[in-house]
Amino acid sequence: MSSTSNSPTHHTSTIGAIGAPSRRNTELALLVFAVVIPVFAYANVGLAINDSVPPGLLSYGLGLGLLAGVGHLVVRKFAPYADPLMLPLATLLNGLGLVVIWRLDQSKRLSNYAEAAPRQLLYSAMGVALLAVVLIFLKDHRVLQRYTYISMAGALFLLILPLVPGLGANIYGAKIWIKIPGLGTLQPGEFAKIVLAVFFAGYLMVKRDALALASRRFMGLYLPRGRDLGPILVVWVISILILVFETDLGTSLLFFGMFVIMLYVATERTSWIVFGLLMSAVGAVGVASFEPHIQTRVQAWLDPMREFELSRAGVQDGVVHSEQAMQALWAFGSGGTLGTGLGQGNSDLIGFAANSDFILATFGEELGLAGVMAILLLYGLIIERGVRTALAARDPFGKLLAIGLSGAFGLQVFVVAGGVMGLIPLTGMTLPFVAYGGSSVIANWALIGILLRISDTARRPAPAPAANPDAEMTQVVRPS
Amino acid sequence: MNKPLRRIAIFCGLLVLALLIRDNWIQYVQADELRTDPKNRRVIIERYAAPRGDIIVGGKPITGSTETSGSDFKFKRTYKDGPMWAPVTGYASQAFGATQLESIEDGILTGNDDRLFFRNTLDMLTGEKQGGGNVVTTLNPAAQKAAFNGLKQQGGKGAVVALEPSTGKILALASYPSYDPSSFAGNSTTTDTKAWQKLQKKNNANDPMLNRALRETYPPGSTFKVVTAAAALENGLYTDPDAKTDSPDPWVMEGTTTKLPNEGNIPCKNATLRVALQYSCNTVFGKIGSDLGNEKMLKEAQEFGFGEEQFTPVRANASVFSDDMNPSQTALSSIGQFNTAATPLQMAMVASAVANDGKLMKPYMVDELQSPGLDPVEKTDPEELSQPLSAENAQILQSMMETVVEKGTGSNAKIDGVKVGGKTGTAQHGVDNSENPYAWFISYAKNADGSAPVAVAVVVEDDNAVRDDISGGGLAAPIARNVMEAVVNGKK
Repeated sequence: MSSTSNSPTHHTSTIGAIGAPSRRNTELALLVFAVVIPVFAYANVGLAINDSVPPGLLSYGLGLGLLAGVGHLVVRKFAPYADPLMLPLATLLNGLGLVVIWRLDQSKRLSNYAEAAPRQLLYSAMGVALLAVVLIFLKDHRVLQRYTYISMAGALFLLILPLVPGLGANIYGAKIWIKIPGLGTLQPGEFAKIVLAVFFAGYLMVKRDALALASRRFMGLYLPRGRDLGPILVVWVISILILVFETDLGTSLLFFGMFVIMLYVATERTSWIVFGLLMSAVGAVGVASFEPHIQTRVQAWLDPMREFELSRAGVQDGVVHSEQAMQALWAFGSGGTLGTGLGQGNSDLIGFAANSDFILATFGEELGLAGVMAILLLYGLIIERGVRTALAARDPFGKLLAIGLSGAFGLQVFVVAGGVMGLIPLTGMTLPFVAYGGSSVIANWALIGILLRISDTARRPAPAPAANPDAEMTQVVRPS
Repeated sequence: MNKPLRRIAIFCGLLVLALLIRDNWIQYVQADELRTDPKNRRVIIERYAAPRGDIIVGGKPITGSTETSGSDFKFKRTYKDGPMWAPVTGYASQAFGATQLESIEDGILTGNDDRLFFRNTLDMLTGEKQGGGNVVTTLNPAAQKAAFNGLKQQGGKGAVVALEPSTGKILALASYPSYDPSSFAGNSTTTDTKAWQKLQKKNNANDPMLNRALRETYPPGSTFKVVTAAAALENGLYTDPDAKTDSPDPWVMEGTTTKLPNEGNIPCKNATLRVALQYSCNTVFGKIGSDLGNEKMLKEAQEFGFGEEQFTPVRANASVFSDDMNPSQTALSSIGQFNTAATPLQMAMVASAVANDGKLMKPYMVDELQSPGLDPVEKTDPEELSQPLSAENAQILQSMMETVVEKGTGSNAKIDGVKVGGKTGTAQHGVDNSENPYAWFISYAKNADGSAPVAVAVVVEDDNAVRDDISGGGLAAPIARNVMEAVVNGKK
């Protein structure tokens, strides 16, 4: 269908059922669970660590309930046909994340975390506020299309920020943070993810025909013309630059992966996937050949025990050796099938970033295989609801934006969870909604807001066709 | 655009599936390996999370636990008479890991052994705190005390092993010099680390942490002649202990021009087996080894347990009797020199097998494992390891060994009212035998009804003693006597 016209009256999908129920009550019912489960988990942590129901239980429950309630009311009022699962799923993950962050606050080994949970609750509130702002002021996601090139400039600006001297902060080898005096650190990459998706969607919507059609066939693949290769090369170079200057494999992979996914969806050409894979492999291997930070990460992935020994022995050879990869594996293994129970594990042995990048290891140890599988399936559900939104969207921009955002979300979950579990080399990224970190949680709530908006537009009943006064008198002759 | 969207949906599904599979791999398939990895700090955290179960000797615990603070360990191991029992218990240290019984039975002692699973599940349901189970040992406190004090009075390095011949129960297992495992049970860098470092071999020439009873092999010297005598009887080379043997004195070793000397002026020419053992004739037993040949001697030694590690369950080194030797080397090996080397446990097994009418029982020191509620979890049953000699030949050998104690070199081991059989040994070692010899004594005590309650092996290596003073009968036999007496008197 990609070659057909994009006139707004032409329905690009058959899935957007007309007259679909709004499902707002389903969402409300699910939200009750999404609030009650973390509240029980919170009580569980208190009972396990201090043998008493935590005094903050009421305020925590009210806080989370309030966030869920506000989110729900805003959706009910401003996006009544939005997907009913996303808000409860995000709330549940956010709530469980808060519980585990609070649990790690109690750790004696990690005394510097003491106040992380209240701050994360504040960030969550800001995130839900941003969700409300998106839903209230973004009446139609297609408005974003107007800002295609502004988005590009904005995304580049956000990506370059951490490299500005005096503003960027190098934390354990990766330079993806900026320091705002008095406020703490910010990860601009998290916001760049959304802005970049807007740019890609807008750009590809315009260019996709040229990219898809003008091509030569070679060995069963459609090879794009040289000049059409331009955009992907530019994005590739930017990703490589991120990798080199910010030494962050995760962010780089995320942006490039998102672009390839959107390019593939826009052009329906498998050759782009092949190109993308080749280019990312070349880029990653090329950079890894001279960047010691990346090499260490790969070594730690291949042989975490060796890295643990090097770290313990205090080997000084110019790179930071970390025992965290091994500690995370031990945490998962020690959790076993059912876990030790919340508050009863020793995942805090991971040390630095136990409540952000490595937070999944605490889930692994304390909730076990069962708990982690549940968390992963929750993420899977969010991603698939996002893809479903893309399928249901009636306009190509909405489709591209939805698949870009959910694809990026999925890649991020894969990169973080895979890294912590030792499936792929570890990269410093946060697990959406669960990990401690203001930028991440706020940006992901905004992401959910945009997806909700697109799904609302997609599922909203089409206005009844206006009675055409000329219907009986004029016969429209269309060329077939 | 929907076809690629569906494919992306499948791709995202595969990503999640990959994560799920990986999660199952590390949290299910590899979980046990990761959980019990000794470098995983959780292992020691758990070891000290609750009062550890105790190691019991004679109904009384020789270990304990005390509460500590200031780290993620709640409890610390304590030991009663630590140096005396260290060869049995090993140590459990927060900073330096665990060894021997403390390590082997760690599952029972911490209470998370699989065999306690049902009980732990019950405890979890009833809300009871999980505790550690006990390890009941076979050791005899009086015998152990006699052994350790004997070595201590002697002052040199040495070891004692006592066995119950009919079962293989280890009654005494002492090593000297020893160490107090309490001194480094914690994790303080000022006290515990210092104590630990002081005990290391590189800082302490006496190597107090070496378990000499199980992990050190010494040339057994003349005590090995018991094995050679058994080989002679078993292979029919000689059948009557009181018949003359074909033994020239001096005897030139086959294939050489070297005379094998005897110690002092003793009647060894064509001596009977009994007399040869009584006076410890090198010529007689050297020639027996040479006559029988390497293969037969090796086979007999292996029947007694040479060449194999023993798991009591604490591992004991394998004792050595070489193969592929020429006749003169076999002759030297048959009097416990050349490459022959034995742990004190091994020589106690030799005495024990002879005393038990030829049946060698598998030595063991854990009698029973108990659950935290003191119910038996596992009981060790005596197990026959081999029969190195027939009951008939064993009795012949017994009568020879008894002559050694009544009239020969082992007279220091005599006990009133009990029949004692034994064999002394003085093993030379060092280049050109320059170092002080080891003094050996192996023996058993026998009741009137013919049953033997105890067999013992003692080795003393004494740097301070004058070379001539060292002889198995002088240094080692009195210790053996005290250990046997402790066991025999305990039975009365």
